[in-house]
Amino acid sequence: MILHTLLDYETLRVIWWVLLGVLLIGFAVMDGFDLGTAMLLPFVAETDLERRVVINSVGPVWEGNQVWLILGGGAVFAAWPPLYAVSFSGFYLAMFAILFALILRPVGFKYRSKREDPRWRASWDWALFVGGLVPALVTGVAVGNVLQGANFHFGPDLRIFYDGTTLFELLNPFGLLCGLLSVAMLVMHGANWLLLKTDGVVSERARTFGGLAAVAVIALFALGGLWLWLGVDGYRFVSAVVADGPSNPLAKTVERASGVWFENYGTMSWTLIAPALGFLGALASLGFSQGRKAVPALLSSALSIFGVISTVGVSMFPFILPSWTDPKSSLTVWDASSSHLTLFIMLVATVIFLPLILAYTTWVYRVLWGKVDERAIARGDGHAY
Amino acid sequence: MELDVVALSRLQFALTALYHFLFVPLTLGLSILLAIMETVYVMTGRAIWRQMTKFWGTLFGINFVLGVSTGLVMEFQFGMNWSYYSHYVGDIFGAPLAIEGLMAFFLEATFVGLFFFGWDKLSKIGHLAATWAVALGSNFSALWILIANGWMQNPVGAAFNPQTMRMEVNDFFAVLFNPVAQAKFVHTVSAGYVTASIFVLGVSAWYLLKGRHLELAKRSMTVAASFGLAASLSVVVLGDESGYLSTEHQKMKLASIEAMWKTEPAPAAFTAFGFPDQKARETHYAVHIPWVMGLIGTRSLTTEIPGIEDLVKSAEARIRNGVEAYDALQTIRASAAPGAIPAEAQAAFEAGGHDLGYALLLKRYVDDPRQATDEQIARAASDTIPHVPTLFWTFRIMVGLGIFFIVLTATFFYLSARHRLDRYPLLLKLAVAAIPLPWIAAECGWIVAEVGRQPWIIEGVLPTAAAVSDLGAFTVLLTILGFTAIYTVLFIVEMGLMLHAIKKGPAPDPEPQAELAPHALAPAE
Repeated sequence: MILHTLLDYETLRVIWWVLLGVLLIGFAVMDGFDLGTAMLLPFVAETDLERRVVINSVGPVWEGNQVWLILGGGAVFAAWPPLYAVSFSGFYLAMFAILFALILRPVGFKYRSKREDPRWRASWDWALFVGGLVPALVTGVAVGNVLQGANFHFGPDLRIFYDGTTLFELLNPFGLLCGLLSVAMLVMHGANWLLLKTDGVVSERARTFGGLAAVAVIALFALGGLWLWLGVDGYRFVSAVVADGPSNPLAKTVERASGVWFENYGTMSWTLIAPALGFLGALASLGFSQGRKAVPALLSSALSIFGVISTVGVSMFPFILPSWTDPKSSLTVWDASSSHLTLFIMLVATVIFLPLILAYTTWVYRVLWGKVDERAIARGDGHAY
Repeated sequence: MELDVVALSRLQFALTALYHFLFVPLTLGLSILLAIMETVYVMTGRAIWRQMTKFWGTLFGINFVLGVSTGLVMEFQFGMNWSYYSHYVGDIFGAPLAIEGLMAFFLEATFVGLFFFGWDKLSKIGHLAATWAVALGSNFSALWILIANGWMQNPVGAAFNPQTMRMEVNDFFAVLFNPVAQAKFVHTVSAGYVTASIFVLGVSAWYLLKGRHLELAKRSMTVAASFGLAASLSVVVLGDESGYLSTEHQKMKLASIEAMWKTEPAPAAFTAFGFPDQKARETHYAVHIPWVMGLIGTRSLTTEIPGIEDLVKSAEARIRNGVEAYDALQTIRASAAPGAIPAEAQAAFEAGGHDLGYALLLKRYVDDPRQATDEQIARAASDTIPHVPTLFWTFRIMVGLGIFFIVLTATFFYLSARHRLDRYPLLLKLAVAAIPLPWIAAECGWIVAEVGRQPWIIEGVLPTAAAVSDLGAFTVLLTILGFTAIYTVLFIVEMGLMLHAIKKGPAPDPEPQAELAPHALAPAE
């Protein structure tokens, strides 16, 4: 196979760095409103019927949305094997917490309304709340820790060792701040979804929570940026950058220094559009949701999520997962990817399937367009949850 | 076996994988059966088939959701517990997993929502298309995960790269069209079809015994018996193909399944029964059937099948060969630049590199395989024997059940053709009792496939013991307890809902026209 040399290794690595972002953003935008809706469930809906309306607003789509996470896992495995290996095992208990919550969530959706017992239903409502909150919070905390650098190093045969990270060390103040930002972002997004899919009192409550969450996003994002500037060291190459060498993370030297996470914005000022969208999206979400314009509000919160996640990526580029106990073990775009051939094959697969996925997903959302039919749920039609 | 992080990680993977596979086969088969039933509905326009689709669809949904939940755990667990594995083979193994997401999971999961929520929002054809999309999606996912698993059994199309210390793909089509993967795929999906067929057959038989929902039950049985008969024949044929391929690629697995300690003159006999003794390396009270093993394993009368003891000897030679490759690899790694690699080391690595994995078997006993004593090498070589009694018994249970499924589905196929489905209560009771059996067969199948691969995680390339993450045993124990707790609760809840839905039976299904009319909220019948 020589076809893969059509695209050089360096270009493919950058493409896959962008696709990594696309997958994370795809997950946060698509599954994000499910998670946000689940977090809002106990607060925007009081009666059983209201709760069923909220659950049914995401009922037909959460399964497809969750695939963004599954695909994210698979694609990181395929395109960035060391990243998959280090992050999933290094954040072992955090990953377990996410999995535990995500096991509860589908079951909660599906099983909650299968029995009439109010205690049964109330238990599953809390399971759904946990299933929304924990992934949102822990993912945010993990990103906060990635920005600070994780505790790992590679042995000579590239075996990974962890230098004593416990779950509680992950819950440091900056990590928690990022976790809260993640929660606020998805609550904002979920509230806009409920604005679109429900009416009446549920919709009104969602509007209030969505507004508060948008304000929180703006405040936490600004605070996070300030903290990053003042209190979090970034990482940079000391040795020359070899962008098309074999993926051996030990072949470089790296140093930590303050302010480094802001250098890319100086050298490439157009990238400032990322943090700008983070703020403006949240601001627009606030405005549109209070004006009861659901579709623009949902698009705005999606844009805000895009901006916030892109900001993290751009700030760290070319680093993906730095190590603070052994900076030269840090994973970067240039030494943590799959082989040239695998990146190419995966790109071909993505180019074929991603447009198809977007096409049929769009079609499904069009079929399901419109508010949740409260009366249909009340009379127990079909397979509604 | 001591409970170190390797044993615990294996235990966790086995528990979560076997649990996941309680839900997968029913999803694979029932999705196809739903699509068939709905196709009949669309073609004939008879409402009973729509009611059948909806009823079995409800059971499908209860099962499907746990397959999704527990599948997520599988996708993440490679990185969590098997980080050196993920690093070592991610370049090859990750791709089918990612393509599985792109090609299969999105299709399945996006349309499953429409299957449940789309009855009133889509045209007949539109809804049928959604149902087929779910069936196709779930079956595609089996294809890709078995390409990944097939590569673990027969790692083709890849080579070790000393620069990156990992296996890298050099022929993706070889990975894709790996004969082991293709045979496994058809064998596994067919097993899923059998599972769903026996499930539908058994539940319908229960309705017939109770005298309920007769129309629905008889039609369902007809579909299930014919589909199940074809599928159970396919399972056995492709299982045989898998066995034949093991002769080529996994000789040790085959010899262990047969508890064939010594090489016998061709054609070898098949041990139908016996008590394999791992320590003494012999099988007590063995009952042999002459010729059969040689015929199945080699499809010839003259080709020998090597026995376990000879395979251990050849493993020892490969370990020594691998140690030389390991030595050359260290020289290559120590060279500063690719240009500075001594030609001698390069040549030595190219000559023996394919046995590098065998040197890693020594890592259990010594940090540097080059320092291994003869005694350690002998121990590592005898480690290449998997647990023979486990394989011997699970294989025989699986095969016995497979033959039983052929007989059972053929019987009901005949009864259905003769319109005598409700004549023989004893047979109906047998069908009800048979419901759990396909699951037992499927789990046995996975035990044969995966225990039979030990001590390798990638056959001949990477030992399982070398593949784990650097985690504390206590941490892994904690997550085992966590998974066990939630999985137990969910299993009880799932079974409860399943039985409840079966007892309740199908909802009366009014004609679609009646549903659209206002004030038609009362059941039509």
